[in-house]
Amino acid sequence: MYVELKNLNKRFGGFQASDNISFGIEKGKLIGLLGPSGSGKTTILRMIAGLETPDSGDIFIAGDRVNDLPAAKRGIGFVFQNYALFRYMTVFDNIAFGLTVQKRDKEYIRGRVSELIKLIGLEKMEKRHPHQLSGGQRQRVAFARALAPNPHLLLLDEPFAAIDAKVRKELRSWLRETINKVGITSIFVTHDQEEAVEVADEIIITNSGRVEQVGTPIEIYKNPKTHFAAKFIGESITLADYDKLHGFEKVKGFDRAVLRPEFVHITKVQKELYPHASQRGIVENIFFKGNTLELRVDLGGQKITAYQSLDDASFSVGEEVSVLIYRLYLLGENEVRLEENHSIKSEGSFFI
Amino acid sequence: MRSKTLQIFLILLGVLFVALMLLLPLATVLAYALRQGWRIFAAAITDNYAVKALNLTLLAAGITLVVNTTFGIFAAWAITKFRFRGKQALTTLIDIPFSISPIIAGLVFILIFGRIGWAYPLLEAWKVKIVFAVPGIVLATIFVTFPFVSRALIPLMQSQGSDEEEAAALMGAKGLEIFRKITFPHIKWGLLYGVILCTARALGEFGAVSVVSGHLRGKTNTLPLHVEILFSEFRLTAAFAVASVLVVIAVIILILRNIVEYRLKKEEE
Ligand SMILES: Nc1ncnc2c1ncn2[C@@H]1O[C@H](COP(=O)(O)OP(=O)(O)OP(=O)(O)O)[C@@H](O)[C@H]1O
Ligand SMILES: [Mg+2]
Repeated sequence: MYVELKNLNKRFGGFQASDNISFGIEKGKLIGLLGPSGSGKTTILRMIAGLETPDSGDIFIAGDRVNDLPAAKRGIGFVFQNYALFRYMTVFDNIAFGLTVQKRDKEYIRGRVSELIKLIGLEKMEKRHPHQLSGGQRQRVAFARALAPNPHLLLLDEPFAAIDAKVRKELRSWLRETINKVGITSIFVTHDQEEAVEVADEIIITNSGRVEQVGTPIEIYKNPKTHFAAKFIGESITLADYDKLHGFEKVKGFDRAVLRPEFVHITKVQKELYPHASQRGIVENIFFKGNTLELRVDLGGQKITAYQSLDDASFSVGEEVSVLIYRLYLLGENEVRLEENHSIKSEGSFFI
Repeated sequence: MRSKTLQIFLILLGVLFVALMLLLPLATVLAYALRQGWRIFAAAITDNYAVKALNLTLLAAGITLVVNTTFGIFAAWAITKFRFRGKQALTTLIDIPFSISPIIAGLVFILIFGRIGWAYPLLEAWKVKIVFAVPGIVLATIFVTFPFVSRALIPLMQSQGSDEEEAAALMGAKGLEIFRKITFPHIKWGLLYGVILCTARALGEFGAVSVVSGHLRGKTNTLPLHVEILFSEFRLTAAFAVASVLVVIAVIILILRNIVEYRLKKEEE
């Protein structure tokens, strides 16, 4: 493990911002720290960087305990949530700052900065001030500034938060590629699961100061360990009376279930494949989502959501349809269990 | 239409008020001072005691400026960039000179350093004189004007936040370098604004200084005190002539203040 946190705790007054945080990160990985607003993501990042002192617990970087090492000595590059560019300095001076502080020679600084300016694609803008740049350009300058002193670890706090949806997607893949190119271990914070899933090698899910789960996006999606992880990753709805769904029975100790749209298959009544495993529902609403249709279906009082490819048969509002639910996540006191529709199995045929 | 009338009315009211309450008195001071011609005027302001009073006023204001600027920067820095216990209390305490009467400030110094004060024996032993001497005047002036600089800086530094400083510190910059390269460029106009206000107030301070000065002509007399002495001796022309020196200084400061304020506004945009 290149970075390792062990039982970190941090209180602000009476508020527990970090509650026994432990996780490890391998060298060269891009890690997404994902959680809702106020869940303590920034606090974790700031403790790793040395901008905040944990009340208890240890932080290791490259095998050394760095708790007592001042922020500047930890070899960390930090991109702030709002960039925190030096507003009275030009793009060049911003990027050069870390090297100037280290008193590197002028020639080296000029070379390194132009190299980075090329990397972020802002040639000819080095004389501008931050307020003369667009949000995306500022973001890139902040990134270059953090990289300039060759840090071993890069921390990015919601690097795309202040950028509109389209540019955000571009920057996202740009960042992914650039980090791969530079080959630096990085942790980035986000509260957007799509962003985390798309960019990160591994995701750490935080919730009210705790780490809920650590794993690759697929792992967390397929095998959520906690209620929170089950609901937070992917679209989902929570059902109380899941035993009313055909093919599922009440399991003791599991009071509720999480249903994802991907677990639902909707067909015309005449084309029903598994009569025992399916049931009838009424289409209540249809939303066009760009590349799919989202259907809201009333299933004997419980409302569920399903996706429908545009190529498939079209449905209309009020139509009676056949609903097949493949699987559910059952939520127990302290565990989450994946439950398959057992009527499909007993019908003994193939399924998708 | 109605709002138009209201607008004109309010503007007129404002102009009239300023003219009556501020411009008229100032003009009167100048007119009265020049009533008996330039020669008398020149004689009054080049009078030995008047010059000594001016020097003392400038000295006190100068020392005050240095002390309060330094103190103001440190205080604003501590309050806006660090978290510590008692921060709110400190912020309130800094404002005390604004809320208590200068006379009381003066009396406090008498109670501490004067013949009846607890520090008097100590001062006596070290042969230092504070009350009825220049140090007392300087102390009183410092006391009365110390919130100006920090008050001008605190909102500015608060709005700047500490992100930029943190970013700089993370890259290894030290305290002074951070202040010079990051904080100072942001606050320089605000600082100048505070310094100007502080100077204006220091030059004109009367109440607190009056209590601790002892009015020793040529020794512990500041310009405003000198005006009062002349006035109570019915030497009106001389009193107004000396007063007009203060008025001229005030007008110059006012103009400077406006220039700085303009720069500040531009900076904010
Ligand atoms: N300096 C502080 N003083 C007091 N409380 C704080 C401080 N910093 C953070 N907190 C509290 O700690 C909690 C976690 O804050 P943190 O900034 O780590 O959240 P976050 O996950 O980064 O949220 P966001 O996604 O909104 O940025 C919040 O409830 C916040 O109010
Ligand atoms: Mg945050």
